[in-house]
Amino acid sequence: MMGLFCALVARDLRLALRHGADTLGAVLFFILTGTLFPLALGPSPDLLRHMAPGIIWVCALLAALLPLDRLFGAELEDGSLDQLLLLGLPPSLVALAKITAHWLTTGVPLLLAAVPLAIMLGLPTSTLPILLAGLLLGSMVLSLIGGMGASIVLGARRGGVLLPLLVLPLITPALIFGAAAIDAARTGLPWAPDLELLGAFLAAAIPLCPLAAGAGLRAAVE
Amino acid sequence: MAESLSVFRGDRLVLDDVSLTLERGGALLLTGPNGAGKSTLLRVLAGLRRPDGGALLWDGEPVTQDRTAHAARVAYLGHQDALKPSLTVRENLALFARAGGGDMDAALNAVDLLHLASLPARLLSAGQKRRTALARVLLAQAPLWLLDEPSLGLDAAAVELLGQAIATHRAQGGLVVATTHVPLPLGEVSHLALPGMPDQSRGWWGSDETDLTGDAA
Repeated sequence: MMGLFCALVARDLRLALRHGADTLGAVLFFILTGTLFPLALGPSPDLLRHMAPGIIWVCALLAALLPLDRLFGAELEDGSLDQLLLLGLPPSLVALAKITAHWLTTGVPLLLAAVPLAIMLGLPTSTLPILLAGLLLGSMVLSLIGGMGASIVLGARRGGVLLPLLVLPLITPALIFGAAAIDAARTGLPWAPDLELLGAFLAAAIPLCPLAAGAGLRAAVE
Repeated sequence: MAESLSVFRGDRLVLDDVSLTLERGGALLLTGPNGAGKSTLLRVLAGLRRPDGGALLWDGEPVTQDRTAHAARVAYLGHQDALKPSLTVRENLALFARAGGGDMDAALNAVDLLHLASLPARLLSAGQKRRTALARVLLAQAPLWLLDEPSLGLDAAAVELLGQAIATHRAQGGLVVATTHVPLPLGEVSHLALPGMPDQSRGWWGSDETDLTGDAA
């Protein structure tokens, strides 16, 4: 079963590789929106440094939403979802495999792109590890909750519009803790509690989101 | 081998009180007008759709209790070919070869696609795509084949290959349930050499007709 799970993830990675432009789109969106803030807010280094954690987190969140629409939508449209559900894997594992692939193709590149963006916005380099640790946990939470949302709106007429409305409120705790951890590190306060809460959020999402997503997939093919 | 007795309805009573039983090596051809619920019935048999009434049994066990276990017994060919255009034929099938444990080259050879195996699916013709989807059915190595209009887009030679594949599958004790949009031309039926296919004695046409009158009323 584990082998089949990995084969499904590998298939999605291969697909992402073949559609390189789609995969890069999210990262480019992240970098572009991030660079718009200095242009809109003015070049005051203090202001930018102060806002950097929030800017990075919000941009990462929005960028990760972009490919979610197609995560299951493409599979449903060409009939592949039927075949995936007939693989003999429980639907929750099918969903988890797709979510894992989403994280590997969107979360990890965003993580890497966050470093130059943080430096550009003037975040002290000492806070970079905290930023990356927070984004590592946060991007996983995002993929899990996003995948759950994507499977729930699957087959809905305006699924693309519904999806952010469903996912963004659910993801706010991750946003709050993630940005707060960087702020705490910057001002010299203890940042560990924020990251621990983020980790707890992830620990709850790992078992629950695939279950809900699996049920969503079942309902979508009915 | 498989005994299923089912009575179910879709949202608009697509299938009303339909019952069928399949024995080892048996085949069943579903015929009926558009919207008679042939595809719906196949999806119910595959466990993709839950019947709203009645029961689906496999060896006396209700299928709906463990639909994941039932999925391993089913090879389903929908009316979509479910291929990713950017992947090659082989890459498209790799996941399913892994799941079913079938031999990729043998399956490709059975549908005469071995020479196209490294071609991206977007370059295939409609019939070649259909043959790739048929190769996936072979790879699943499942006892129950559910084929939704399997001959769609196939040329005469490919239809013959399909007939051979079905005959081999049945000789090994496999079950086949197939639909056809229009009633299959009789010549083609005898050509496929699938004896006793249109199982009208079980009341397929009868139940379809009651559906239609129900819709009209």
